[in-house]
Amino acid sequence: MFALIDGNNFYVSCERVFDPKLDGRPVVVLSNNDGCVVARSQEVKALGVKMGVPWFQLRELAKKHGIVAKSSNYSLYGDMSARMMAVLGRYSPEQEVYSIDECFLGMDGFAHLDLAAYGQEIRARVRQWLGLPVCVGFGATKTLAKLANHVAKKRPEFGGVCDLAALSAAARDELLESIDVGEVWGVGYRGTPRLKSLGIDNVKALRDADPKWLRREFSVVLERTVAELNGTPCIDIEEAAPAKQQIMSSRAFGAYVYDLAGLEESVATYVGRAAEKLRRQGSLAGAVQVYIRTNPFKEGHPQYQRGLTVPLAEPADDTRLLVRAALLGLRRLFKPGYAYQKAGVMLMDLTDAQHTQAALFDTDRGNPALMRVMDRVNAYWGRGTLRLAAEGVDPHWRMRRGMMSPCYTTRWAELPRVS
Amino acid sequence: MISIPTPNPLRLERPLFLSRVPAGFPSPAEDYVEGALDLNEHLIAHREATFFVRVKGQSMTGAGIADGDLLVVDRSLEAGDGDIVVAVVDGELTVKRLWRRGGRVRLLAEHPGYAPIEFKDGQELTVWGVVTSIVRRMR
Repeated sequence: MFALIDGNNFYVSCERVFDPKLDGRPVVVLSNNDGCVVARSQEVKALGVKMGVPWFQLRELAKKHGIVAKSSNYSLYGDMSARMMAVLGRYSPEQEVYSIDECFLGMDGFAHLDLAAYGQEIRARVRQWLGLPVCVGFGATKTLAKLANHVAKKRPEFGGVCDLAALSAAARDELLESIDVGEVWGVGYRGTPRLKSLGIDNVKALRDADPKWLRREFSVVLERTVAELNGTPCIDIEEAAPAKQQIMSSRAFGAYVYDLAGLEESVATYVGRAAEKLRRQGSLAGAVQVYIRTNPFKEGHPQYQRGLTVPLAEPADDTRLLVRAALLGLRRLFKPGYAYQKAGVMLMDLTDAQHTQAALFDTDRGNPALMRVMDRVNAYWGRGTLRLAAEGVDPHWRMRRGMMSPCYTTRWAELPRVS
Repeated sequence: MISIPTPNPLRLERPLFLSRVPAGFPSPAEDYVEGALDLNEHLIAHREATFFVRVKGQSMTGAGIADGDLLVVDRSLEAGDGDIVVAVVDGELTVKRLWRRGGRVRLLAEHPGYAPIEFKDGQELTVWGVVTSIVRRMR
């Protein structure tokens, strides 16, 4: 048995905890650079606003209905997420954090409990302790738990908790028949049109389809999904996230960048961020890829896009060595005369820092003590407090986040004010 | 993998000295080392549910809460009569003393210049959290 717990409109809910004026009002959270809608309150969904819509297209609607827009505040969402996951982790010995706002719990050995009541207890606890609304779904497999969560969220009559196994077979069939096949975990946007063209348009139809045939027509993955829909667990809880094989850091700029100096600052900054993650997971990078591009949506402007991978003499995690490699690549890529909109770096060929091979020649191995100090200072005083001069002093290319709420839970200077 | 977050950690990492004497007597105190005192432990009972807020204004000076004080707020506690709480009033967070008797509910300021906030039938009071400590730096 599995549970899936998922925060409702998570980013919006985090904003509302500290700014109760937003309760009951239509609220959206925008992506980096205040570009597109990445989270919507219920009121905004009701207005028919879709995920991913560019904010500038919503201006009229926003004025008419008083939609409040917030820049994404990942420090706040990350902290609230960590708190929520810690609270949820007490409800089972097995937990898999699946994303910033959802986690699976293993429910084996809980058969003696009334799961619906257990789910309500979880909901009440997260609501009181953190002020966040969540929904809970229970199922015999992870795929069914995901589906149950969808039901708990979309059907008010379930009161935020759905245990599929507690329904009668007839009621369950009726329910599954009413849910679009695209809602099944792992089917997604790509599989849906083809399934529908073959007459499988709801969850019940998929559950009852011939698995052998599905495997031939689609893939072994879909066959597994169908087995899960029939109550046979194929996907287990993954408690520890595997170490990343690549680390990316890229952003669109707040304003176009034309010169090499501006690109160098941004690339150095992204390397700095990626290197911090690299050290946190205890890895070394064997190569650095860097890329730059213009804005492909800007018609009539000259377009340029290129990337380059620079191998390191020896795997490293020292920001200075990685920046040196990335800037070497960038200078090769750069062509003047373009309006650059985005740059990115990827640290590749990652190895475990504990098991490195000594190089044949004496190379610069970096300074681990310096990096440790830098990471600790930045963890305490905020990202970028200690950084390389190459990252620039007050970069003009930095992100636009004009409507960001304070970092209520992670910065002393920005605590909520009470009168 | 979950690490339990410390809300705005008051980092009080005090090194735990174990004497390192290459030759000679070990420190007689070594057997008595117990670790270090951590203010978090003293001030925070439920880490995930604990938030810090900053006081603005004079309305609670009678309760020893001054402008600029930092309050430790525990959301996991049930608020009862006499507790100092952070509550939501007209969409704003406010700190007041909760008064709850015989089905009647009020939020009381502790300053002569502020009137009590009365909650009539049908008006619901939203308690955001219960204040458990005041932190004030003297310099």
